[in-house]
Amino acid sequence: MKVNILYFAKIREAVGVETETLEINENSKVSDLLYFLQNREEKWSEYFNDKNNLLRVAINQKIVDVNHSISDGDEIAIFPPVTGG
Amino acid sequence: MNIYIQKEDFNISSLMQELKKKSNSVGAIASFIGLMRDINDGKTIKSMTLEHYPEMTKKTLEDICIKAKEKWKIIDLVVAHRYGPININDNIVFVGVASQHRKDAFEACEFIMDFLKTNATFWKKEHHADGKSSWVDSRKSDDDALNRWQ
Repeated sequence: MKVNILYFAKIREAVGVETETLEINENSKVSDLLYFLQNREEKWSEYFNDKNNLLRVAINQKIVDVNHSISDGDEIAIFPPVTGG
Repeated sequence: MNIYIQKEDFNISSLMQELKKKSNSVGAIASFIGLMRDINDGKTIKSMTLEHYPEMTKKTLEDICIKAKEKWKIIDLVVAHRYGPININDNIVFVGVASQHRKDAFEACEFIMDFLKTNATFWKKEHHADGKSSWVDSRKSDDDALNRWQ
């Protein structure tokens, strides 16, 4: 299935990608996607091993946890903790 | 209930007028204005860039305002937040709450700001006096502020 991924702020800058479309396995969870991204080059693993719990994931504009199941066509946003206001 | 997410500055007096004119029963308006300051964690800041996730920012702010309306007796509320380049002394955010009595307005205003700080999808990048730039880290004090509403 296909998903659209968006990266924001510090993470977008670190990996040098703003948005991408990925083909992922059926029945994938957020944790599977993060594991896949973590195993790209070093600049990815640095952020996606998430040792310091600084990754936030939203699916279709709602914050989800790593156990959340991904569906075909989902918009998945990955970003650091927010700092507005 | 109006939510403005915009690049350009907002006019505080017109936002206040919007709240005042909503109903003759408005007896209290509490507001908060967040400004860009020239210092953060001991470093001199020259300017800032605010990034956001448009589709989610709007939804999140709407959710926060709806929660506030369920919790307090609110006649109307307005939230305005800027994105893009911000300079020293510029307005960043405005939250205004109109109610019959002050307690509802005060509390709802704080509630909205506490949730906005920890949930609304904005990220600040500071540009320092020495020419370097850095993304602002989230603060534990913001999470603590949120916890008191749980």
